[in-house]
Amino acid sequence: MAFRALFAKKTLTRVSAFAPVSASLDRCLGSSLRQGRAFTVASLPDLAYDYGALEPVISGEIMRLHHQKHHQSYVTNYNNALEQLDAAIAKGDASAVVRLQSAIKFNGGGHINHTIFWQNLKPVNEGGGESPHSSLGWAIDADFGSLEALMQKINAEGAALQGSGWVWLALDETSKKLSVETTANQDPLVTKGATLIPLLGIDVWEHAYYLQYQNVRPEYLKNIWKVMNWKYASQVYEKATA
Amino acid sequence: MALSLGSTFALSLASPFSALPGQAAKRPSISSSAAGKIFLNAKNIEKKHLHQFQKASKVLAYYGLTNPPYKLDALEPYMSRRTLELHWGSIHRGYVDSLNKQLAKSTLYGCTMEELIKTTFNNGNPLPEYNNAAEIWNHDFFWESMQPNGGKLPWGGLLQQIEKDFGSFSNFRDDFVQTAITFFGSGWVWLVLKTNEKKLSIVKTSNAVCPLVWGDIPIINLDMWEHSYYLDYKDDISKYVNNFMDHLISWHSATARIVRAEAFVNLGEPKIPVA
Repeated sequence: MAFRALFAKKTLTRVSAFAPVSASLDRCLGSSLRQGRAFTVASLPDLAYDYGALEPVISGEIMRLHHQKHHQSYVTNYNNALEQLDAAIAKGDASAVVRLQSAIKFNGGGHINHTIFWQNLKPVNEGGGESPHSSLGWAIDADFGSLEALMQKINAEGAALQGSGWVWLALDETSKKLSVETTANQDPLVTKGATLIPLLGIDVWEHAYYLQYQNVRPEYLKNIWKVMNWKYASQVYEKATA
Repeated sequence: MALSLGSTFALSLASPFSALPGQAAKRPSISSSAAGKIFLNAKNIEKKHLHQFQKASKVLAYYGLTNPPYKLDALEPYMSRRTLELHWGSIHRGYVDSLNKQLAKSTLYGCTMEELIKTTFNNGNPLPEYNNAAEIWNHDFFWESMQPNGGKLPWGGLLQQIEKDFGSFSNFRDDFVQTAITFFGSGWVWLVLKTNEKKLSIVKTSNAVCPLVWGDIPIINLDMWEHSYYLDYKDDISKYVNNFMDHLISWHSATARIVRAEAFVNLGEPKIPVA
């Protein structure tokens, strides 16, 4: 499957009702008088592998639904919320702006988290499941004792999470320390700390595993390591600690 | 307030001997006269009872899993047998087992489920038992909020109250469906009778939160956790909610609940004819 840019951004330019007039006004008086604003729309990134490529760890059906339905709906609703936000800002409607925050946090967070998640997974024949080496590997040993200890900690926290959310391997940008964090619903990792960078995230919403593992979340967590893309995590880690 | 659904019963076997663990009552010994023999027998029996009471006094409280009031395939095709097997048989049962394990080491015993929920909610700082207790209650309530051949319309006083508080039944239905469709994360959608405002209202709660903790009286609930609909509907929440409203919701249960609720909440002045 062709690998395209993660955030294929399309620029959406909003045009006011008096398009010809504003266009000419624009030329004469500059863009400050324009009614319209430009904002970038999010779009669903492609997966770097086929839906069935992660079997038997994660079934093709789950991958397809997860990507085409769940992630797509986050993208769509996020864009809708952005559009409404834009209108609210333009009108100066502060209460509408505030009211839209939860939809933005939820859907925007869902888009961010899942974009990272697809890159965190890799088919076994392309390197999925291979342990991290060099700097990330040493950092894991230093901060957790061993890779197994880290995996156990993540599995324990992921299994204990009530309801829906994510479990993360995080890097603190300032202290350069690794940590395991959980976030609720679709809250992105930054809600736990502004300096936290996600290296790996595991979706523990039921839609991520229920069709295959039913309610046995620990089994899903145990197996997902077989397709974990440590190369991506290492790249992010090296970039942040350079 | 006894909104008990027959599901939970606490047995607390506090023993009168519990103050004396491991000690037999001391008696002066008597020589082997007949009286002594009788006395020795009595002492043995007492010892046996003492031992049993001591063993029994270690059991503090436990809760049981009740069956839904219908067979597991009775809600087909709107909720499959497989879903119920997992949802009730595995997930709901799991909460019961977890709670009993927690209670074995805890001092919370002798409570009805509702008391346990309110105590462990701890005004917003829930204790570890809260999640299990509340989910047990929520699920019991959920099975009874549904019935085979459900849906259609409520009637009588409940319908009147819905029309009074929402304008019309279809307003209420739209509100309920909309609340479920725009739900973020895991949780429940409820029709409650608010005790302070004395009116019906739709509320949503996250994860395991139950409106009992705010003193409101639940009338109907709908499980919005993904495990409740994913096998049957995948991500099509709209179809799930609409099927619930049209085919599953038990207005019989709702009527019974609101009738009982009226014992606690005054929903209006009676029309007493003037002589």
